[in-house]
Amino acid sequence: MSKNLKFVSGDEAVALGVRLARPHVISAYPITPQTIVVERLADFVEDGSLKAEFMHVESEHSAMAAAMGVSAVGARAFTATSSQGLLHMAECVHYASGARFPIVMMNANRSIAVPWSIYGDQRDSLGLLDSGWIQVYVEDAQEALDMIIQAYKIAEHPEVSTPFMVNLDGFVLTHTYEPIELPDQKVVDDFLPMYQTANKMSFEEPKSLCFSTSPADNQEFKYMQHKAMERSIHIIHEVEAEFEQAFGRSYHGLTESYRCEDAEAVLMTLGSVTGTVRTVVDELRSEGHKVGLCKIRYMRPFPKKEVSELGKMVSKVGVLEKNVSFGYEGTVFTNVNSVFSSLDTNVKSKNYVGGLGGRDITKDDIRAIFMDLLNNESFTERVEFIGMGCDTNE
Amino acid sequence: MRPKVRAYKRPDKISDYPSTPAFESGHLVSKNAGWRTFKPVVDPEKCVGCLRCYLVCPDGVISRTEDNKVEIDYDFCKGCGICAHECKLDAITMKKEADEDE
Repeated sequence: MSKNLKFVSGDEAVALGVRLARPHVISAYPITPQTIVVERLADFVEDGSLKAEFMHVESEHSAMAAAMGVSAVGARAFTATSSQGLLHMAECVHYASGARFPIVMMNANRSIAVPWSIYGDQRDSLGLLDSGWIQVYVEDAQEALDMIIQAYKIAEHPEVSTPFMVNLDGFVLTHTYEPIELPDQKVVDDFLPMYQTANKMSFEEPKSLCFSTSPADNQEFKYMQHKAMERSIHIIHEVEAEFEQAFGRSYHGLTESYRCEDAEAVLMTLGSVTGTVRTVVDELRSEGHKVGLCKIRYMRPFPKKEVSELGKMVSKVGVLEKNVSFGYEGTVFTNVNSVFSSLDTNVKSKNYVGGLGGRDITKDDIRAIFMDLLNNESFTERVEFIGMGCDTNE
Repeated sequence: MRPKVRAYKRPDKISDYPSTPAFESGHLVSKNAGWRTFKPVVDPEKCVGCLRCYLVCPDGVISRTEDNKVEIDYDFCKGCGICAHECKLDAITMKKEADEDE
């Protein structure tokens, strides 16, 4: 079978993935840099190539509320947002995961005001890390498309029943063009059957959904939510294996290690900056430096096992993230160190915060990070802001 | 028809809970009228059985009796007073709960 290649942006890849996944309803409000996703989906509904209802809602809060309504009748829902929109939606984001509705949402990672900026960083989605959603961060357009398809299968799995957020770096990924392979609709249909659930409104078996409980029963439901997220780890691996069988591509599970064997220093990344780090790792390896890359794909569920194995294997780990919890450190770094703290090894770690408000993270920045990791035995500075445009007077 | 109140058995195991916060509708496990301060009382002499109160009751606690009048289920009435306000014949009066005891 010949490959169906397309030259598309990250946003367009998401829209194509959504069309292949055949949601019944798309409820969304446009926001830069997610807009093209919704525009393309509106086109698809208009030209009849996607048989779905497109709901023009008045806000992101309504977009998620509508998506919950869709899920509550057992139908498949899609929405997409970014930044301020995600935060406006936040109440419903928690509601959807508590209700165990397997909604799939694309989020274009964009900075949070103020200072106002439409450009990318990851403070929006990481700010909602505790909202009970599965969170995946993708590196390129192909992975974005593929993860939309996988997302529904993982989220809708009866042992998981948890909504799924697919994160793409704003502009760097949403608006850049690359070739992708468009999967065949028939293969997608076989891989992703229609959603079946008992957690829905029905005339035959009327149910009360999203009920209240007194304090006597509430915590049990939160426990079950926690356990479902933990269980999703093995479902992610199962779905990934099945995906590879059907489509011939694999993303290596919750993390992807690149040239980490015998590495002295490994840099952990989230999202599209991974591609740049990959290139720098190749360059440094050819110069004889023992460096590697660990791409964190899933932030929830967190890759405890993989990070633990990394901590046993290498002595120095950097965490590069477009995020900071002001006054402390980056949240990705906190999560990584929580795993390291349970190990007997003496792995040293350092946090590199950069790319905030859309600042580029360059190959030179990444090279400097690796040199910092390789040339120091311990780190006095736990958190370093990289790529500052001026002296910090310290 | 109003579902019967069934006793709530506390689950011993987490697997006894529904796996998502959803359960069969109409499964009542407790009465719910504790915050009522004023209680609607129907005067059967004035009531002509028009069922206007039945239509407007937000809690669905008003039903028709065999002699075509209405009765109120006080196990679930919250005492909002809408029925008394809407009754064209003033056949429903709101009486303070405490006064009833006198």
